[in-house]
Amino acid sequence: MWLERLARLCDRLWAPVLAFIEAVGEHVLLLGHTLLWLVRPPYRLGVLLEAMVFVGFESLFIVGLISLFVGAVFALQLISALRTFQAESFVGATVALALTRELAPVFTSIVIAARAGAGMATELGSMRITEQIDALATMAVNPIQYLVVPRVVAGVIMVPLLSMLFVASGMLGAYVVAVGIQNVDRGVFIENTRWFLDINDILQGLCKATVFGLTLTLISCYQGYHARGGAKGVGVATTRAVVGSFVTILVLDYFLTDLWLTFFPKTRGPR
Amino acid sequence: MVWTPPAEDIFRRSEQWHVRIRGLHKTFGQHQVLRGVDLDIARGKINVIIGGSGQGKSVIIKHIIGLLKPDRGHIVVDGEDIVPMSEYQLNRVRRKFGMLFQYAALFDSLTVEENILFPLIEHGLRGPGHNDGVRRRMSRAEMRQVALEQMDKLRLPHVLLRKFPSELSGGQRKRVGLARALVLRPEILLYDEPTTGLDPVATKNVDDMIRDISQREGVTSVVISHDMASTFRIGDRVSMLYEGRIVESGTPDEIRRSRHRYLRLFVETSGTVQLDPVPDSELVDGDGPGEAPR
Repeated sequence: MWLERLARLCDRLWAPVLAFIEAVGEHVLLLGHTLLWLVRPPYRLGVLLEAMVFVGFESLFIVGLISLFVGAVFALQLISALRTFQAESFVGATVALALTRELAPVFTSIVIAARAGAGMATELGSMRITEQIDALATMAVNPIQYLVVPRVVAGVIMVPLLSMLFVASGMLGAYVVAVGIQNVDRGVFIENTRWFLDINDILQGLCKATVFGLTLTLISCYQGYHARGGAKGVGVATTRAVVGSFVTILVLDYFLTDLWLTFFPKTRGPR
Repeated sequence: MVWTPPAEDIFRRSEQWHVRIRGLHKTFGQHQVLRGVDLDIARGKINVIIGGSGQGKSVIIKHIIGLLKPDRGHIVVDGEDIVPMSEYQLNRVRRKFGMLFQYAALFDSLTVEENILFPLIEHGLRGPGHNDGVRRRMSRAEMRQVALEQMDKLRLPHVLLRKFPSELSGGQRKRVGLARALVLRPEILLYDEPTTGLDPVATKNVDDMIRDISQREGVTSVVISHDMASTFRIGDRVSMLYEGRIVESGTPDEIRRSRHRYLRLFVETSGTVQLDPVPDSELVDGDGPGEAPR
């Protein structure tokens, strides 16, 4: 009797772990199918450009606006803290390092997950429940090739580009606040930034943004593609896409940073 | 009682049968939907599959076009078993098919014209003159001409070309869905409950359309329906799905003489079709859920 209870308890405790492993496996499978259908003809450039416009171009304003204020507020906080040690001349360098290595890839990915990822999950989800995905398959058009491949490729290309825009716009915000409002010396701001920042920091950010772009589009497409249960199911898929992308991006960020600092340490400036 | 198919080599291309299904089983979770379906689809005829809601009629046609993989069994299209095929191989077979979904499944982000042209844009080597042996992409003007021809055939006004699916009535959506399914001149057309949600006049129009297309284009049609009047009006062959198996299959006249108790109940309850009288003592029961599969 107690053995049966123990078995049931183990089952119950094991179930979420099993579900997690299953979900990871299914995402990896979708990635495999996506890579397979990416190299197979036909190549639909128009559909890819459309996805790139949706993920990239239509996110320009929101990414630009957010990054401007992230850079500005980060500079403001740093100046307030660094003034205690009369070290406010390092504000430009600190903001630049934080933006290129962490803030730009993470914030950009979160913005894209909330805007484009949610959109993808909703669109694919409603296509699934209204049988439009089945209709594609009946017309001998592979739905993964037509729907998932262009979105994932668009994410991989556009998120790093937007991340670069985030850095530039964030630095502009920091510059305006530091030099224009808080009277940090312009020459020191720029020179310190140039001294501390190197290609390693930029590559670290770009690499992270690429992985995040792949992750968030894959999760969003997976959730939409497998949506079921009518309008409510589409809502659930969208929520899961956004929450899943956020959590995965933040968890991955830690491990990617650790790996990067281990294998590609900086040779100058702060290590 | 279960309908017994003729004992023949199903893997040989047959002039009489276009699609042959044997021993099809499918389970979703704990629910066993198909329990050994045997079914032959007659070439160039209108084959109607009838059965109650949730019996698995749509599951059968989704298997025929390869949208679902069976747990076991064979689906043979023109002598080729599609069950072991990969997605890539299936796409070659799917070009023989056109499908009209229950709610048309039009792409709601595309206009009517873009919906109709979608298969042509994807596989634009067909269309007018596609049998002349010259593989070439159709020009946009040629494609548009094909779209207009399809609309004329299905009596759709040209003003609808620029509209989106959300702006169409139920009947118009079905006709646009049919135009899209027909644009690549398929050999087999699958209709998933084509008259659901339509008023009697629209239902009759859709029936006429199915009959017309079948006669004019010579395509094999598979129609899923639980509209008895419609079934007996258009069907060349009628098959009854009950408890996960085909329990009766034949011409409408043969179905009228059926001794299957559930089939008679199903058809007569509709109140639109009269069956030939059969004494109660001669009626046979269907396979109950508790009976062992063959």
